[in-house]
Amino acid sequence: MKEVVNCVCGHVNPHGTILCESCGRVLDETQKDSKMIDMRYEGSARRSQTYNKSIIDKIWNFFSSVKVGVSLIVILLIASSVGTIFPQEQYIPPTELPEVFYEKEYGFSGKLYYLLGFHNLYSSWWYLICIAMLGTSLLIASIDRVVPLYRSLKKQKVSRHDGFLKKQRIFGITKTDQQDIEFAELKKILESRRYKIKEENGNLLAEKGRFARWGPYVNHAGLIIVLIAGMLRFLPGMYVDEVLWLREGETKGIPGTDGRYALKNNQFKVEIYDKKNKEDQTFNAAIDKVGTIVKNYQADVTLYEKEGNTLPGEEAKFKKVKDHSIKVNNPLKHDHYALYQVDFKLDELSEMSFNLMNKNTKETFGMITISLDDPKTMYKLKDGYSVELLSYFPDFEFDENQEPVTKSPIPNNPAFIFNMKTPDKPEGEVSFVAIQQTLEPLGENTYKMAFAGVDTRNVTALTVRKDLTLWIFFLGGAIFMIGVIQGAYWNHRRIWIQRKDGEIWLAGHTNKNWHGLKRDISMTLEGTNIDEPEDQLEPKNLGELEK
Amino acid sequence: MDKKQRRLIMRTSILVLLGAALVFSLYANFTKEKVAAVQKGEMARDFVLTDMDGNTHKLSDYKGQGVFLNFWGTWCKPCEYEMPYMDKQYQKYKDQGVQILAVNVGESNYSVKKFVEKHYLTFPIMIDKNKQVQTAYKIDPLPVTFLIDKNGKIIDKLTGSLSEESIQKHMERIKP
Repeated sequence: MKEVVNCVCGHVNPHGTILCESCGRVLDETQKDSKMIDMRYEGSARRSQTYNKSIIDKIWNFFSSVKVGVSLIVILLIASSVGTIFPQEQYIPPTELPEVFYEKEYGFSGKLYYLLGFHNLYSSWWYLICIAMLGTSLLIASIDRVVPLYRSLKKQKVSRHDGFLKKQRIFGITKTDQQDIEFAELKKILESRRYKIKEENGNLLAEKGRFARWGPYVNHAGLIIVLIAGMLRFLPGMYVDEVLWLREGETKGIPGTDGRYALKNNQFKVEIYDKKNKEDQTFNAAIDKVGTIVKNYQADVTLYEKEGNTLPGEEAKFKKVKDHSIKVNNPLKHDHYALYQVDFKLDELSEMSFNLMNKNTKETFGMITISLDDPKTMYKLKDGYSVELLSYFPDFEFDENQEPVTKSPIPNNPAFIFNMKTPDKPEGEVSFVAIQQTLEPLGENTYKMAFAGVDTRNVTALTVRKDLTLWIFFLGGAIFMIGVIQGAYWNHRRIWIQRKDGEIWLAGHTNKNWHGLKRDISMTLEGTNIDEPEDQLEPKNLGELEK
Repeated sequence: MDKKQRRLIMRTSILVLLGAALVFSLYANFTKEKVAAVQKGEMARDFVLTDMDGNTHKLSDYKGQGVFLNFWGTWCKPCEYEMPYMDKQYQKYKDQGVQILAVNVGESNYSVKKFVEKHYLTFPIMIDKNKQVQTAYKIDPLPVTFLIDKNGKIIDKLTGSLSEESIQKHMERIKP
């Protein structure tokens, strides 16, 4: 294989060059007979097309191919859209098993969806590999094109070979004996149209908007930055997405902060629009139509930071950082963390009160209040009366042996076994008390625990977010857009004007928007004696070319 | 160095770099749940908790002994099932340098006390009130047992209820 191609003009081109980087002569034998030349990448040698020896070159060339890149995009597009047909695994109800849920909910197609792994598509190995391959393709294809393109645009000469000019899409010859005057005139007009003029041996090259050629590569750089940002999320400490359930009055460590921050829920409230409220009366019609309309979900919290280093479980000193009212779209932000209001539970039981009562006389002997988080064993009442708590079931049910048990430690359905000691029953009477249910397992009692009231509290759920990669996503997105704009709103236009004994040759090329280039040329030539060049791809000229 | 060689080196290094990025992403993606959990082979994180009798237990004080670290809740049936077995083995192994620490995941003193009385448990039981220890050990679901050897390394993580026989085997594994 030849390493270089020598052009007649004396320029040494890299192997695989189609058009001489310097004079524009057609070097590729297969293109010599075509009527028009292929101006893609300036006819420069894309390295990928030329070296194909080692395995590294073969891999390189595979990724350099535009066909491969487009295929990857198509595969990813189709896969990504299939992934939206049914919900992803993380969005199905948390109590459902995915292997059952998809079939139950969507039938056979749901089962297939699950079996093919589409329920967890966006983190499946093959999807990630496709994304990585697309990233590789973007990078390699760009390197392979931008380097030679930059080289040839930088090296381009003003004077071009006849063949190069003739085979441009816009081309025309004018016979004139006033070349000098025409040239001076043309130069002035082109300059006023903001073309950059280069002169050499009395020939002209007018060029404008070359930077539009870099648009696609800027755009690719933006995409690669976005992919890198996605990758950085895997690094520890870069990305946190957790949920924190917090009862009123409760203080808990914030997950994802490794015990550094704790949060206290002072109050959680849901406010609704109220017709009695003056400022809400604007919405009366809507309230009548819909009923209850929520105005605000709000958790009043206090953020604490741990002082010093303590072990988990060790008593730690916390200092208050700040108070904040977390509302929807108004998170608590601190140290890159943000806490968003995401869910709630109203009126969870916190305390229950009972009166010790004589069933017959309805006489009461004092009230006990049981904290459902921290019940006591013994509740003393006045002279000789006391209540012992024998058992407590926060989330009561009967198990398969008809024994009372608790399903969870959350007081959803509390039940108690009391031993009521009174002067006339010093041994006590046992009573099982659940919500709207009283059992006397050891025979008829004289006394009972009469329900006297409850205290409730609200629970808020907050999303804990930290994302140090967000700005990189934005940066990548901005660069992407700059690339798009650069390539879309500017065109790289060139006009070559050369003198050949008694004639002026004019050729033009643009990477897009040929109409704009033709308009530029025709306005430039207005008032001069030079004929407007022809568009060799126009139907009437195509016929001539055929001949 | 000639041009061809330079190109080969250039291409190879770019491809290696991209390959490494791919391997990293795949690895990170598939271990993201595991990374979230504490794994065997890691050093056990130190903690301090007070048991029901008011004694303070610091994990690192048990260096040189094996520690059978169990996380449990009173409502959790499988936890309840293994507790009496743990107690039997505790009686057998406590003089052979194996300690059992049973961490309740933060229930009321009342519930834990009643539970201990019901099962006559003798090993140290501590309540992780502010859930710092279970957060550090990323506990979910219950029961979970960590076998910690005399050097403070987690040699195994056991989920689900254990039979008496398997508890005995595990005690042997961490016996110094």
